[in-house]
Amino acid sequence: MEDKMPKKNPLSAQLNLSKFNSYMFQKASDEEKRQQDVMSESTTFFKDGMRKLFKNPLAVLSIILLGLILFIIIFAPMIVPYHYEEILSVDGIRDKGAKNLAPFTYSKLEQQYIENGGSRFPHIFGTDEQCRDYFIRVVYGARVSLLVGFFASIIVLIIGMAYGSVSGYLGGTVDLIMMRIVDVIYSLPDMLIIILLSVVLQTVLKFSPGSLFESLGTNMISLFIVFGLLYWVGMARLIRGQILSIKQNEYILAAKSIGAPTSRIIKKHILPNCISVIIISTALQIPSAIFTESYLSFVGLGVQAPMPSLGSLANAARGGLQSYPYKLLFPALAICLIVLSLNLLGDGLRDAFDPKLKK
Amino acid sequence: MSKSPLIEVKNLKQYFPIKTGLFKTEMLKAVDDVSFYINEGETLGLVGESGCGKTTVGRTLLRLYEPTAGEVLYEGTPVTDKNIFSMRKKMQMVFQDPYSSLDPRMTVEDIIGEPLDVHKLYSGKGERRDKILHLMELVGLNAEHATRYAHEFSGGQRQRIGIARALAVDPKFIVCDEPVSALDVSIQAQVINMFEELQEKLGVAYLFIAHDLLVVHHISKRIAVMYMGKIVETGTADDVNYNSIHPYTCSLMSAVPIPDPDFIRGRQRIVLEGDVPSPLHMPSGCPFRTRCKHACEKCAEAMPPLTDRGNGHMVACWVK
Repeated sequence: MEDKMPKKNPLSAQLNLSKFNSYMFQKASDEEKRQQDVMSESTTFFKDGMRKLFKNPLAVLSIILLGLILFIIIFAPMIVPYHYEEILSVDGIRDKGAKNLAPFTYSKLEQQYIENGGSRFPHIFGTDEQCRDYFIRVVYGARVSLLVGFFASIIVLIIGMAYGSVSGYLGGTVDLIMMRIVDVIYSLPDMLIIILLSVVLQTVLKFSPGSLFESLGTNMISLFIVFGLLYWVGMARLIRGQILSIKQNEYILAAKSIGAPTSRIIKKHILPNCISVIIISTALQIPSAIFTESYLSFVGLGVQAPMPSLGSLANAARGGLQSYPYKLLFPALAICLIVLSLNLLGDGLRDAFDPKLKK
Repeated sequence: MSKSPLIEVKNLKQYFPIKTGLFKTEMLKAVDDVSFYINEGETLGLVGESGCGKTTVGRTLLRLYEPTAGEVLYEGTPVTDKNIFSMRKKMQMVFQDPYSSLDPRMTVEDIIGEPLDVHKLYSGKGERRDKILHLMELVGLNAEHATRYAHEFSGGQRQRIGIARALAVDPKFIVCDEPVSALDVSIQAQVINMFEELQEKLGVAYLFIAHDLLVVHHISKRIAVMYMGKIVETGTADDVNYNSIHPYTCSLMSAVPIPDPDFIRGRQRIVLEGDVPSPLHMPSGCPFRTRCKHACEKCAEAMPPLTDRGNGHMVACWVK
């Protein structure tokens, strides 16, 4: 054994192996081998992304803010005893003095009522011109705005995803034709179409009274239709681009060599791999839809009259701006908070989930 | 031969249209008139330099590309678009890059289970899991790795996952598309030994595509050498290695690194001159003639056919 050891060259910096004997080296036992295994927690893509998201203070702040807003718009109508279209009355008598009240003040009739031992829920944001509780109107306005934003984004997501994934996956001539259609749609003026559609729909559509559609009004329906018709193109382009790059990966070829049908390849391999982009762009789509809705309501093309939306509330407050500035402040603040926190959340999601931005 | 070989490729051609101008499209002849056969449980090594069409042969064989011409026979039956789904249970592929060939959003269990799902090869969840664990054991992976994601593994382990996926449908034939060239040399040896063990155990045949001649010689029974989409020499591994005839094969063999300084000093390197011609503008006749020192007039006129030089050693050369 020892003569097999290489002789050490006196000038070499190598370890002198002749000093060691074979018995000094022992095989590691199984237990010792196992100790060398590096055990790391198996993290999924989502866990990892969420961990990063919760490390981002702005994203956490926006999540808290959104949670708070959601909590208020869900539970406030249950606690506040007023309705958004209810004209205030005390003991069945119409309260004509409860007009344009400042926040946390009562009308004369209400003060009398309280002095007589009755209890009255405070008007947190005051009241409006038609003696309606302003807080509950802002809450309902926020509800409408968020719902519009959410559903419009879902419409955009579904249509954009279906169109983009087919175009990107099939490629070639099909892709060329589908993308030229997108280019044409992209060039149509959206505001003009919303206005035209709402005019046309008003005469065409007849909703059963009392339904959700009726209270939303034709303007909102045309807004949804326009989102479905025009706004998906950005999403479709984005998803097509993602799929074009994912398609190049060998695991797609591997799935093909297994014999997986196209639908399975899109569903199981391609879409899960571009889900991060989808989440991010949907999160950023919601504020833009809310903004469009507020803008349209402000111009007067939004929701039908008694139903408030943040935009139409802001528009109504314009009249008495010098006397009652807070009536513009509340809906405007609500729009700002919602849009800002959704944008920050979208940014946070992108930082957390986009592999290209990994630090 | 009474029985037809497991895989027989006849005059396979794969041309890709390349846009060279606004309205001009030229044909890139990636694979041009290639024929070979593989017997059951046998390994055919396919060597050649980068871009000579080795990978395209493998992919066209499995109909991942629609061949321009020629046919592939599996046990005598032609592989067509109609029967390709059932053929995929018999012919599988291991990919070159273990990093991009595994879906990063799937667990090992789902990656190996996918062929089982697609071909519905199990009756219940328990059977699916048993099969997957058996496959993992076969390629030397721990059962506890089943719930992990591909990015948590090293290159060698990832390639094992890829091999397990190919084996899931119990194929008779696997195209190994440079399965070890992305791995460290120490891991290469492990994976190659595993390929050999699997062949002994399961009797699968391989088309082993590689550019490392030593590796190919080690694992293959027969070798085919490709140059610019054509097979220029084919024969048993020893014939091609030690008695190479085609000038291109000779230069390839002389470039093999051998860990013996005395041998290296004594041997003559054949260094090829010039570059590989553009595959869009192939030289007339023999594609190798522009770099061949033996080239004569005849080489420019026509492509030499593969002729038998004894013991099934086929060489396509006019001069030698």
